[in-house]
This record gives sequence, structure tokens and C-alpha cells, in this order.
Amino acid sequence: MTDIEKNTMIINGMEVEIGDERNLLELIRKTGIEIPTFCYHSELSIYGACRLCLVEIEGRGLHASCSIKPKPGMVVRTATEEIREIRKISVELLLANHKVECPTCPKSSTCKLEDLARRLGVTEVRFKKTNIDQPKDFSSDSLIRDPNKCVLCGDCVRFCREIQGIGAIDFAHRGKHTVVSPAFGKDLAKVECVNCGQCAAVCPVGAITIKPEIDQVFKVLDNRKKMVIAQIAPAVRVALGEKFGMTAGDVITGKITAALKRMGFAKVFDTSFSADLTVIEEGTEFLNRFAKGEKLPQFTSCCPGWVKFAEQYFPEILPRLSSCKSPQQMFGSLARETLPALYGVKPEDLVIVSIMPCTAKKFEARRPEFAHEGLRDVDFVLTTQELSTMIEASGIRFAELEPESLDLPLGFKTGAGVIFGASGGVTEAVLRFAAEKVTGRKLENVDFHAVRGDAGLREATIDLDGKTVRLAVVHGLKNARRIAEEVKAGRCNYDIIEVMACPGGCVGGAGQPVAFNNGTIRKRAKGLYEADKMLQLHKSQENPYVIETYEKILGDVGGPKAHHLLHTRYQSRRRITEKGMPLLTGDAGDKLSIKVCVGTNCYVKGSQNILKALTREIEKRGLSNEVDIQATFCFEKCGEAPNVMIGDQLISRCTVEKACAALDAALGTRQKATATA
Amino acid sequence: MNNDKLNLKQITEHFRENSEERRVIVCAGTACVANGALSLIDALVKKITSAGINVKVEAHEEGKRDLRVSKSGCHGFCQMGPLVTIMPENILYTRVKAADADEIVDKTLMKGEIIDHLLFVEPASGKHARGSDEITFYNRQKRTVLKECGHIDPEDIDEYIAHNGYEGARIACVEMKPETVCEEVMTAWLRGRGGGGFPTGRKWQLTLDQPGAKKYVICNADEGDPGAFMDRSVMEGNPHSVIEGMMIAARAIGADEGVIYCRAEYPLAVKRMRKAIEDARKLGILGKNIFDSGFNFDVNVMEGAGAFVCGEETALIASVEGKRGMPSPKPPFPAESGLFGKPTVINNVETLACVPLIIRNGAQWFRSQGTTKSPGTKTFALTGHVANTGLIEVPFGTPLREIIFNIGGGITDDRGKPMPDGFKAVQIGGPSGGCLIDEHLDLALDFDSLLDKGAMVGSGGLVVMNKNTCMVSIARFFMQFTQNESCGKCVLCREGTRQMLSMLDEIMAGTADESTLVNLEKLAHAVARGSLCGLGKTAPNPVLSTLRYFRAEYEAHVFQKRCPAGQCKALATPEINPALCKGCTVCAKKCPVGAISGEVKKPHVIDIEKCIKCGACAAACKFNAITGV
Repeated sequence: MTDIEKNTMIINGMEVEIGDERNLLELIRKTGIEIPTFCYHSELSIYGACRLCLVEIEGRGLHASCSIKPKPGMVVRTATEEIREIRKISVELLLANHKVECPTCPKSSTCKLEDLARRLGVTEVRFKKTNIDQPKDFSSDSLIRDPNKCVLCGDCVRFCREIQGIGAIDFAHRGKHTVVSPAFGKDLAKVECVNCGQCAAVCPVGAITIKPEIDQVFKVLDNRKKMVIAQIAPAVRVALGEKFGMTAGDVITGKITAALKRMGFAKVFDTSFSADLTVIEEGTEFLNRFAKGEKLPQFTSCCPGWVKFAEQYFPEILPRLSSCKSPQQMFGSLARETLPALYGVKPEDLVIVSIMPCTAKKFEARRPEFAHEGLRDVDFVLTTQELSTMIEASGIRFAELEPESLDLPLGFKTGAGVIFGASGGVTEAVLRFAAEKVTGRKLENVDFHAVRGDAGLREATIDLDGKTVRLAVVHGLKNARRIAEEVKAGRCNYDIIEVMACPGGCVGGAGQPVAFNNGTIRKRAKGLYEADKMLQLHKSQENPYVIETYEKILGDVGGPKAHHLLHTRYQSRRRITEKGMPLLTGDAGDKLSIKVCVGTNCYVKGSQNILKALTREIEKRGLSNEVDIQATFCFEKCGEAPNVMIGDQLISRCTVEKACAALDAALGTRQKATATA
Repeated sequence: MNNDKLNLKQITEHFRENSEERRVIVCAGTACVANGALSLIDALVKKITSAGINVKVEAHEEGKRDLRVSKSGCHGFCQMGPLVTIMPENILYTRVKAADADEIVDKTLMKGEIIDHLLFVEPASGKHARGSDEITFYNRQKRTVLKECGHIDPEDIDEYIAHNGYEGARIACVEMKPETVCEEVMTAWLRGRGGGGFPTGRKWQLTLDQPGAKKYVICNADEGDPGAFMDRSVMEGNPHSVIEGMMIAARAIGADEGVIYCRAEYPLAVKRMRKAIEDARKLGILGKNIFDSGFNFDVNVMEGAGAFVCGEETALIASVEGKRGMPSPKPPFPAESGLFGKPTVINNVETLACVPLIIRNGAQWFRSQGTTKSPGTKTFALTGHVANTGLIEVPFGTPLREIIFNIGGGITDDRGKPMPDGFKAVQIGGPSGGCLIDEHLDLALDFDSLLDKGAMVGSGGLVVMNKNTCMVSIARFFMQFTQNESCGKCVLCREGTRQMLSMLDEIMAGTADESTLVNLEKLAHAVARGSLCGLGKTAPNPVLSTLRYFRAEYEAHVFQKRCPAGQCKALATPEINPALCKGCTVCAKKCPVGAISGEVKKPHVIDIEKCIKCGACAAACKFNAITGV
């Protein structure tokens, strides 16, 4: 039999059977040979830029094995002298252009460049240092960009575009000036980034990292006036162990509690408790909408990456988002409301720290709507990774800790609150609530297998006493975009849609320990479903402390108090919000605000001239102190440009005459008002 | 469009009946326009009109007149432009200014006299050449692709048709099947003129074999090599030949849509291509059911932003799709998955311009020129230290000696004066190519012979260098180019070119040591073998080939800190030869840092500590007494 009939090929002299591998690289790895790569990720498109996976194919020369299909009869060598040398040179070239500060780099010990240099036996760099210091970008609440470390493998660029469907960062410039950057070199916080952090998760080096809050948390822990409490998100308990030699999916809530207590946390609670609350609020909201047939499909709102995504790209569907806060923020507001009295501390001395699998939670905690009278509902957000660093920094031998119990009341949860951490979990938890609510019967089998799984879009229909509920579960924002487009176009007949930004849901969050294969994420999810099994209660509505919370604090489900504490609102972010440019700032107390749009449409239609004329007019009349003039961007009425806002009045198709008349009117009324006063 | 109107024969007859025998053709290629060709035309027309001659200026003017003044595309002899050809006598005037218009009309047009001072003078013989047939630069070339450039009016579709234009497309549409078109081009063994030399017929066949109804033809007009302008000249001088080539390619593979990807730095080419497309559409040559054959095809021009890497197929496709122009790994090849994921043929301008000739004259005619493995002709942009520079076309297999010494008129020094023994090397193929030296002068130039010698045809740049050229500087020049133009995607190209450039800088600055040379060579091999696309794979060629033929020159820089050609300023060791110095003090006065001292009428000396090696002294010395700078 020839090789072709046998469907085999030769790798390093060994005969290997060709299966369903997508490329030669996968086949070689399957045979137990670890080919180095920077830019290959099975879930992303083939890029072929790092040149480390080069192999020699007999008769064809050197090829990147990631972009070659295995063919019967192929003869491949993976580590000839030449290939070894090219790999070494490639790593040396990267090191020559890399800000080498390994011991202090946040990526230290998980850095692929460091690892490859060691594995390939690079003991010296034969090339001159070429890197020029560029400023870091600290603008984002969630991430830090350090272009000095970037190896331009493009993993972040492709993840953001291909999996999240955003493209907040991309390549710019050519040759040695090539950089990965947000559009026009802007700060990350000023572009469409939703803070999901997956760029940091795939970054092989320290070019994009999580913005740490470790120092701030250590500082409050050391402040004896402060009472520091923690909430642990579901997904953290199945992943932190990976950092301490345990297997992904091992549930170690007790150990985490013990570690936090040793670090000085006064109380340790569970975000799964507030997830139970979310189930009840969101489930009730859904059943109401479902009964009335309005604002459907209802989208979930626990994922802050998805919420910002929707605000940016789909403001029209914001009314369909559940108005429920995320479990993190529900916990925060409930803790702020109840704990100071319960523990006898001043509200400002209660410090609420959340431990999250997620980088976007850092952004969420800082949204202005989640702060009252200068106090944030959640003060600090630590990711799983940061917690592991803090445990190490505290000298705690994590593996040896005896598990401890979470504190009550906010530490008690049902399995429904725990499975929130996996894609499909929110839907399943809501179904466990809704099914009983609709049918009025006790739900015996609580497992809804139809919504579990890995697929980027999963659909299911559930029969609730003759009424069919159509569900969709999506993860990855590109999938979310597709479904949101359908909803927007009215082509969608789902009733409820769960969206999680990160692949696999929160277990795959970017704050989790770095995992380069889907297997890890699957194991973590499995751990959560097992934890659900191990708990006595599986339905949020059975959580006795949730019931007590409604009785003592919240009142009715969905009632005014519950609404005040547990619900929120959203804002359109279709336009990048930039502050206007102040041109004339008066110093009188009560000034008239004048805003002239200088966006493209208004500018083309002559807004600049109106701005000049108004400024001249005001100076001529000696009113400079009475007004604030700003050049601003976009009142979203581009069709009726130019637009000018004087006081509260928006004047479309404005002319110099119209503007002056409005100015007279506004100042006239003011003078009258002053006179009367 | 209205197909019953499309009758090539009728158009030809109508054109012939209405065309004037007497014709003044002014070259309106980019170089001649830059030198004032347009104002020259205005002056000529004004004078001719005032002389009472009934003149036709625009092609569409009806009826036969006494005289036609027309614009043409590039004649190739750009150095001597603006060029004026007077037909039917075939008189060629060179470096003509608007001020010469009166004299041309009065003497040549009215009296048939020849104006000697406007004729080209052969540098070797000193003879006045009356027309292009008497100029060695022209008469030793073999012009097929460029044949009509410089004669016909590129903006007149009728004139193209009258020169058998679109006959090839008609044959391909009406008389041939897609497979037979592929076969014919395969038999002709046409190879890609863009640099690679891949057989065009095979490319077409591969694309034809792909399933799917939607396919594309792309004309790669992203000519980016420094100094190369072959494609631009074809587009400016004979745009319809490119469209016809694309039609035949489309017919061969079953495409109905074509894109001409042209760099935005070629505004005239873009304008002429767009006009040609417009005119072809009006006649029904582009559109639906062309030649009543059921074949549909249309073309659009897309302007690129001038990135060299967009000449690479996959990067070009990305750019057309509106993405960043970066190459992607092959496979998949464009023939399988190209523009918008559809099977796509990408051919270079010159390749496409060859196609109508093959279909019209047959594969055997094509094979009768050039060599067996590289049939046909090739255009080159000849520049550097040669007497005649410009655009030339020769059959494959022509030896370098013929090109440099006959067509090019021999080697010159830096000031353009003849330098008979001055040949040092020729860089062929631009930044991707390599150099050839005197031992290669009789080598028959073709795709394969050049690859053997570490060079490549590339797109056809030919830079001739005299003995005063430093080969390290040449390698550095091209390395700087490829580093700037590297798209930045793959590590070896982006970082490798940067490091090679820095090593070349060290060598030229005298700060290199043996390890620099060793690392340079290793790195060059790694980049050549491992890079993602053609740009990276060929970027080290200038380094590798100069190392191969001029290693001693590198070693002199590295070990003796000396530049044998005296070009590297940092290594210069200026000296005054006391035997030649007359003590005129000019050098001492010119020296900006006061490094030269000496008494009047006595030999001067240079203080090396103070000297900044600017070379002002050597340039000022009338006695050639200062050397080494």
C-alpha cells in the first residue's frame, strides 16, 4: 500500500495517520511534538506571522505548519539545524525589540516569550537593542497597554475582531513603526473597548495586562478603621486552584474563604447570593413582559462587557435589556444598605471588595450610576489572578489551608446562583424559577440540559404549561452582534436571550488564570454544575436568606425598594463622548450655556461661522462673563445641521440671525428673572 | 450596450478614412509632461493654426484634416524628453521646448527641413540621428508590448482598434473556449512579468478548474520598485491593451468582474485607464454579452495608497477588500480563494499586455522571441551610470552587455561623462533583486539564469553602477527601502530588515567587527528562508548578492575601516598629495572647520582630528590633489 492509500504521512521519520486535523501544526502536536507558536490559536484565523512553527516539507521547502493542510505522503521534519537557527533568531529578534524587565513584569512566569527563549536555548541576543520607550496607556479602568512589550503577534487584534466582533485595537503604521493601537492612537478608554480583557488573556507577553487594584486593597486591609468585606463570584472558586497546583474545576470556596480571612477580610460573602436575587428579579421581570408580550426578547444584563457593547452598537434594544443590576452590583447596593447597621460601622468605613473572573467588572464598579454620595457600591474589584498574587504576597500556603465557611447572611446561596458562572447558567437558573412560578407546581428535575454546552449560539424551547418559551444562549460578542442585528431587524422570535461576552461565560473570563485551551474552560464549567449538585438547594426562590431579605428589607419582588436597590438604567454610547472645547468661560455664578456643534455635518453647513459671529456679538455686548461658549460634537440631528444649543433650546438649521435672536431672548428672560428677584 | 454597433472592422475603416498621414506626436508620458510637454502642444497648435493649416487636435473631431497633433504615451527615452515625432518622415526631436514650436512649424512642417539642434546626438559617434530608427537606444530594442506606446493616442479607442486592438478579445470570446484560451497561453509559455515568473497559463487553468460562478481578474498595477516605471508607461501609453488582456483572462477563467489595482501616485495612468474603460463601455466592449458571445465583463480601477507590499497578491487582495494591506499565508492561493474568498487571477500589467498579442498572433509567434524557457520580451527601466536611461524592451536572452553598452550607450562617471572601463555592477530587480558583475555581462538574461546568480528579473529595474559605487551603501539603500515598506506582520521581515539595516550602518560607520559580518549573513539567510511573503523572502537579496560578489569590499570596511570606493564618509581618510598640491589655498578657504593649513605655494596638510570629512576641499581642488574623501 502506498502512503496515499494509507492516509498517512511521515513526521520526523515516524509514520503518522492523518485524522481530521485542520492543519499540519495540529497533527504534529498530536504526535507529541510541541511546536512553538506565538500567533496560533485554534479559535482564531490563521495568521502565519510568528514564523516559529516553520517545518521543512520535502520538495517544498520551509513552510509555516499552521497554514498547511496535511496531505498523505508528505514528509516533514520539524527541527532541522536550519529551523532551529531560524526559531532562535526569531526569538532573539523579538527580545532585541522588547522591553526586557522580566522579574517585575506582570506577565512574569506566564510569559510565552520568556518560556520560548528558555525552551529554544537562547542564551544570548546577537542583535542590538532597538526598542524605543513609548508611553503606557493607563486610561482604561480594566486594562493597561504597554506597547514596549508588544511582539505584534496580533492575537489581541484577531480576538477582538473575530470573536468579539469589535476591533477596538488594530495594527497601524509600517515597518519598524508598526504598532497595535486603538484608532488614531487614542486611549483605550476612549474607544469601543468593552473591557472584556480577552486581549490580555491571549497576549503572550505583558503588552496588555489587567489593571491591578492589589495595592489599594492591601492598604485598606491594613487600615484598622475600615471593615473590609469580600464577595466571591461563582467562577472564581473553580479556577483559582489552577494557580496552586489544583485541577481546573476543583471547587475551593472554603479555601478561598480561609485565605481571605487570613489576609484580613472581616467577612467573606458569596456573589451567588445576589445571583439568586437576580434570578428572582429578572425572572419576575421576564414573566411580566412575557405575559404582556412587550419588550421581548428580554436580554440578560449581568455581563458588563455585553452591556457596554449594547450601549455602543444597539442603543435601540436597550429597553429590552433586563433592568436588573448585575449580581456584583446587587450585592454592593444591598451590602451598603444593610451591613453598616448590622455590624455597627460607619458607611464610609465599610469597604466592599469583589473577587471576579472578569476585567469588565472593574469598569462596571466605576460606572457613575453605581455610586451614591461619594461612596461606590463596590469599592474594589480583584480578578482571580490578582487574588492569587495577593495570596502569594501574604505568604499564605494556599494548598495547606483548611476550608472555612462563608459568612451569613450574604454568603448563603443555592445551586442556581452558582451556575451563573457558566454560559447558559443564568438562563437555567431563571427557568428553575419561572417554571415553578408559571405552573404553580414544584419542579422536580432542575437540570435543563438543552441550554448547557459549548456552542456559540444555543437555542431551546421550553414548554411552561402549554406556553412555549423560546430561549437563546450566546457567548462571544460577535455571536451577540449577530443576534442583536436579528432582533433589531425584527426577524427574531426568541423570548429570552442570555449574553456573555467571554467564550464559555464567566468561567472563561479574562481575569481567570491564563488558559490556552478550551479544555480548561470546560472543566471549570463542569465544576460549577457539580457544585450545584452538591448543594442542598437548587432554586433561588428556596434560598431562605433571599426570602428573608425580601421580607425584611426589599418588600415585594420588583417593588419600589427592590427597584431602587436592584435595578439600573442604560445610556446610549453610540457616539464617542468627548468633552466640548470651552471657548469662552464666564465667571458669573449663573451663566448661559451656548453650545455650537462643530461635527462634520454642522461644520460643512457653516457652524464655524455661527460660532465666530456669536462670540464676536457677545464680546461686543460685553457679556463675556454671562456665558459659557463651547464647541461641541453632535446633537444627533445631522440632517438638520447646523445645530446650536442656547440654554435649553436646540436650534436646528441655525443661522447667525436665528442664533442672535435666541441669544437675545434667553438673556432677556434672564434679565427679567433677575429683576423680579 | 448596443452590440450590433460593435464591429471592429467598421471602426478600423472609419478611423483610417479619417486619419491624417501627417502627424505631430508629442510624448505625454509623466516625465515629458513634467518637462513641459503640455505647453509645448499648446504652442504647436497655436502656431499651426496661425499658419493657416487645418489641424485636428482631439481624436473625436470628425473629418480628415491636413495635420493631426496628438499626444502619445511614453516613448521610453525619458531622459531626452519632451519628445516630438513627425510622421510620416519619422523625425524625432528631443528636449523640445515650447519656444521651439515656431521653428518646428516654420521649418519642418512647412518646408520639410530638419532642425539639427533638436536631433539626438549619439554619444559614441557624435552623429545626429534623424529618427528613432537611427538611434541605438531604440534600434537595438525589440518592442512588442511597447510597440504602440509612443505612436498611438492612448485616449483614442478607435486608433487602438485600428491597430488590431480588441481583435484578440474578439477571437477569445467568439472563436475560442475558456480551456483553449488557457491552453494557448500555456503553449506560449507566458510567464508572470511582475517578478515571480510563474506560468500565466497554469495560473489561469488552476482558476478555471475551481468551482463557483463568481470569479475575479485583478490587474496588479501597484508598481512600487524605486525607479521602475514599466507598468506605468504601458497604462499611460496603451491602456486598452491592458483592458484587452484582462478581458481575455476573464474569458479564460470565467470571470465577469475585473479590478485594476493601481497606485495613487500614478494619477495619469489612473486617468487614462478610467477613460479607456469608459470608452470601452460606450462601444460595448465592456459590459453584457460582449461580441454577442454571451460573455459579460466589466472593470473598475481601484487606487492603492502606495504601500510596496500591496504588490504582493494576498496583501493586494486585502487592500481591495478594504482591509489593511498585509499578506496572508499561501495556501490558500488566490486561484482557490482570492478576492472576497472567490477564485481570482492576479496578473501584472505587462503580463496582461502580452496576452492580446499572443491570442492575435499565436503562441508560436510569441515563442519565436526570447528563450525556450522564457519566451517573449521584457521591459526594463534602465537607470544609473549609463549614457542613455529610460524604458527599454528586449527579448529574453539578451545579454547584459547589449543592454548596457549598446542600448544604454556605455558607462558614465558620476557627472555623466563616458567612463569606458567603469563598469562595476548592475542591480537587477530592484530591492528584491541582486547584483550582477562583469563576469555576467554575456549571460543571457532570463528568469532562470538570473535566479542561479542570486538575482531576479523582478519587475525589471536595472540600475547600472560604475566603479565609484560602494556596494555596502547600495545594499543599505535597498535595505532601508524594504524596512520602511515591510508591512510589519512577520517577525523575520519586520525585525530582521531592521537589524540588517543597523548592521549595514555599523559597517559603514566603521563600528562593525567580525561578528557583525557573521550575524549579518546568518540573519539574511534566516529572513530569506523564513519570511511570510515575497517581500521578506527577497529583502535580503541585495545583501546576499553583494556579499557574494563583493565580500572583499565588506571586509575592507570591517577590518581595515576603509571604503574602497571612497563613498562612506565615516571611513574617509582625506589626504593631500604633496606632489600635486600647488599651494593655491582654495581648499583651506573652503574648509568649514579650519582643518587645512599650509603656506601659500607650498603643499597643504589636513588635520584629521579636526576634519569632518565633508569633501568640500576635494570638490574645490583644481589639481585633484585631495584623495580619500
